[in-house]
Amino acid sequence: MAWRQWTPRQWWILGGYAVATAVLFAAPLFVSDFRLNLLAKFLAFAIVALGLDLIWGYTGILSLGHGIFFGLGAYAMAMYLKLEASGGKLPDFMSWSGLKELPLFWKLFEPFGAAVALGLLIPALLALGLGFFTFRNRIRGVYFTILTQALVIIVTTLLVGQQAFTGGTNGVTGYSTLLGYSLASPDTKRVLYWVTAAALLGVFLFCRFLTGSRFGKVLRAIRDGENRVRFIGYNPALYQTVIFTVSAGIAGLAGMLFVLHVGIISPSMLGIVPSIEMVLWVAIGGRGTLIGAALGAILMNWAKSEFSTAYPEGWLFFMGALFVIVVVFLPKGVAGLFQSPPPWLNPGKLLDRVRNGGSGTRGGPLLRLLRKKDNGKSIQSVRRQAE
Amino acid sequence: MSQNEILQCRDVTVEFDGFKAVQGMNLDLHKGELRFLIGPNGAGKTTMLDVICGKVKPSSGRVTFGEKVDITKKPEHQIAEMGIGRKFQAPSIFSSMTVLENLEIAMRQKRSVAATLFARLSSEAKDRLHHQLDMIGLGDKSGHRAGGLSHGEKQWLEIGMMLLQEPEVLLLDEPVAGMTDKETDKTGELLHEIALKRSVVVVEHDMEFVRNFASKVTVMHEGKLLKEGSMEDVQGDERVAEVYLGKRRDDYASRSTA
Amino acid sequence: MELFVLQLFNGLSISSILLLVALGLAITFGLMKVINMAHGELIMIGAYATYLTQNLFISYMPAELFDWYFVLAVPVSFGIAFLIGMVLEAGLIRFLYGRPLDSLLATWGVGLVLQQLARTIFGAPNVAVKSPAWLDGGMVVMGGTLLPYKRLFIIALVIACLVAMYLYIYRSNEGRRMRAVMQNREMAACLGISTRRVDRMTFAIGSGIAGIAGCALTLLGPIGPSLGTYYIVDAFMVVVLGGVGKLVGTILGATGIGMFNTMFEYWTNASLGKVLVFVCIVAFLQWKPSGFVAMRTRSLD
Repeated sequence: MAWRQWTPRQWWILGGYAVATAVLFAAPLFVSDFRLNLLAKFLAFAIVALGLDLIWGYTGILSLGHGIFFGLGAYAMAMYLKLEASGGKLPDFMSWSGLKELPLFWKLFEPFGAAVALGLLIPALLALGLGFFTFRNRIRGVYFTILTQALVIIVTTLLVGQQAFTGGTNGVTGYSTLLGYSLASPDTKRVLYWVTAAALLGVFLFCRFLTGSRFGKVLRAIRDGENRVRFIGYNPALYQTVIFTVSAGIAGLAGMLFVLHVGIISPSMLGIVPSIEMVLWVAIGGRGTLIGAALGAILMNWAKSEFSTAYPEGWLFFMGALFVIVVVFLPKGVAGLFQSPPPWLNPGKLLDRVRNGGSGTRGGPLLRLLRKKDNGKSIQSVRRQAE
Repeated sequence: MSQNEILQCRDVTVEFDGFKAVQGMNLDLHKGELRFLIGPNGAGKTTMLDVICGKVKPSSGRVTFGEKVDITKKPEHQIAEMGIGRKFQAPSIFSSMTVLENLEIAMRQKRSVAATLFARLSSEAKDRLHHQLDMIGLGDKSGHRAGGLSHGEKQWLEIGMMLLQEPEVLLLDEPVAGMTDKETDKTGELLHEIALKRSVVVVEHDMEFVRNFASKVTVMHEGKLLKEGSMEDVQGDERVAEVYLGKRRDDYASRSTA
Repeated sequence: MELFVLQLFNGLSISSILLLVALGLAITFGLMKVINMAHGELIMIGAYATYLTQNLFISYMPAELFDWYFVLAVPVSFGIAFLIGMVLEAGLIRFLYGRPLDSLLATWGVGLVLQQLARTIFGAPNVAVKSPAWLDGGMVVMGGTLLPYKRLFIIALVIACLVAMYLYIYRSNEGRRMRAVMQNREMAACLGISTRRVDRMTFAIGSGIAGIAGCALTLLGPIGPSLGTYYIVDAFMVVVLGGVGKLVGTILGATGIGMFNTMFEYWTNASLGKVLVFVCIVAFLQWKPSGFVAMRTRSLD
């Protein structure tokens, strides 16, 4: 058996995961109901972070549109809940807007199963469409990123603008039961927490399977050199579209769970800023490592809930500064610190790190080196690189 | 077209914004042939390789591969899967992956998403990978990050990847650039060995290397075919001497690297 | 007919604003491949610089000169944004060349800090800038269609910026050095051009133009700390649609988006109009994946 040959390090890692899983599932036993609800929300965010890491950390595609995929999943669940709460009558915001009967597409969300399926499918299909039309034409890198950001703008404008169908800026809220169980009761909350924890574990294992497979290796190869992948016979567009779709579906799942814990979804929760914050979670935790992305999301949100209400101004300064620091000094995030010792322990290395950036970025160190310097030194360092 | 032919380029013309890099070039390749493509800078050699592997779409002309399939309209990855492998001038390996992983994804296999998702390394495949690792002299570096290899090792790794890809036609762009004499000799021997089973086209500037290993040489000049034949024929040709070497035949005799 | 002229003018006006906002990006993104998400905040800085110039005139200058504050505000906005851009380049951007996605994230962080700084200094509520009297009113054409002077002024300002940039990039020594560095950095460095200096200048100029855009935006309504965020994504779309490396692409991109936006919003409504524009852009990219103007290279990546 393979485990007989495991090194002590591997046993330690396995032990770490086992303890983490145990703590995750045992949390309701020693955490207050209020904190448990917060934690459940963070776990939902961790799920998005995993999906985001698949495309950004592993495939090198930066999506600033994951707020939308998350949000569409959330809306799907919220619409179901709203219909259940309205009990056959027209949801309140619709009658305020002068609608006489339920719009046809709302009827799709009436059965619970259908709502859940749509919460996964709608984000996935939207991503499939965008991915198909962009990757096919080799629109990538920053161009793709900008398009995802534009997608965020139009979906949020649409949600705000079509108030009668979407609840406008207020979003969809005001529901109390799920399948007949009260959402406010501590028991339901505990069960929902376990559901979320199980979903996180499931998504984590699924992502591990993906990244560990040869499929995952092709993704990393695409990150390192998309064109080269083409010439060894893989079609990068296909792989990119598939992983983008999967990633969006995962975000949709997270959104559905989020609504169950928070009880509201509105356009401001899925706009530009939340979308880019998701990227920050992954960046801080460590892109390219699943555990880093998940922990990054949980820790960042914990920090935010602790500090942002007490020092709202300070929090924004802190977040802005964090972006800069992580990108410049910690391109592999906190998880990177464990893989290789911190660069600031070695001043020479630190300088090198600052100049060359992380290894996961494109362009190659040689190119960056050439761009960086224009004195005589550059020739020497180029030669050193070449040899 | 004889039975033995694997690649046929007919009247290939490539235009870059009005500039004709290749003009009506013809090139035929037999199975198991080792062909050298030479010519002065700007003759269109690399562009010709780009056309064959699909990186550049010609403005006119046909490239037929194997059973009369025109490949000029096909995307690169399909051409690669059909069996045309390309090695670029600068070593391009996947730097954040290990040496073994680089070889693993290059290995001949189904390239679809479903196939890669559930692919397992069979013990037979493992043996092949390790055999290849030894062959390119990286046996003890299988777990190293490819980005940390030296320039020569990267070139070898890429050649190893190409071989595992098992293409029928192998296109190499200056494979010995930047190599030491010893490495160059080793590469040449390897090329001969490869050419027993597959066809190889090599673009090369290193004349000594060409002289030592070439069986048949194609000379290009200003995007056109100038001369095709054995090394002796080419060396003796007046026009080749003129366009390729100018008047200085001495330079030609000594080793020249571009 | 009257309606048509009005729509055409509206489209042109929106295009000119988009172009002014995107022009700086066309430089920093198009030439330097740096995604400056703080561009919107540089616009905001330009707007606040105009606001400050106005306040100084109210406090220290005779009232009859007040109307001329705007003439001074344009260079002041440019100058302040230029200096901040220079500092930004020296302190952060230069570590991020060749890493466009990282530059995007880091500059977004900078933008966040600048926004919060503005909120701390000027307060969160919007402030109004009183536009000079000579820009009130408008020109009446075709029997009744009113073309506001403010919008005409912005169009003129854009044209002036374009001409100035054209002269700088294609007709001055500095501009020639800039083009040389952007096209072949190593070669330019070997020829003795200080690429550091060129980078800093280029980025600063791009930032300065953002400042001018901010100054122009004060004519259209009150300004606030998050002014730039409304425009930044549209501006990036202009650059994506236009293609990088040539000014004419940016002009075409801005005109295209501005015109179609006006048209679709007139036919449907504001939110559906935006969706349609986005769909059109993606459809257009199917046909020309690298925008109106593309540059070809032979390198692998």
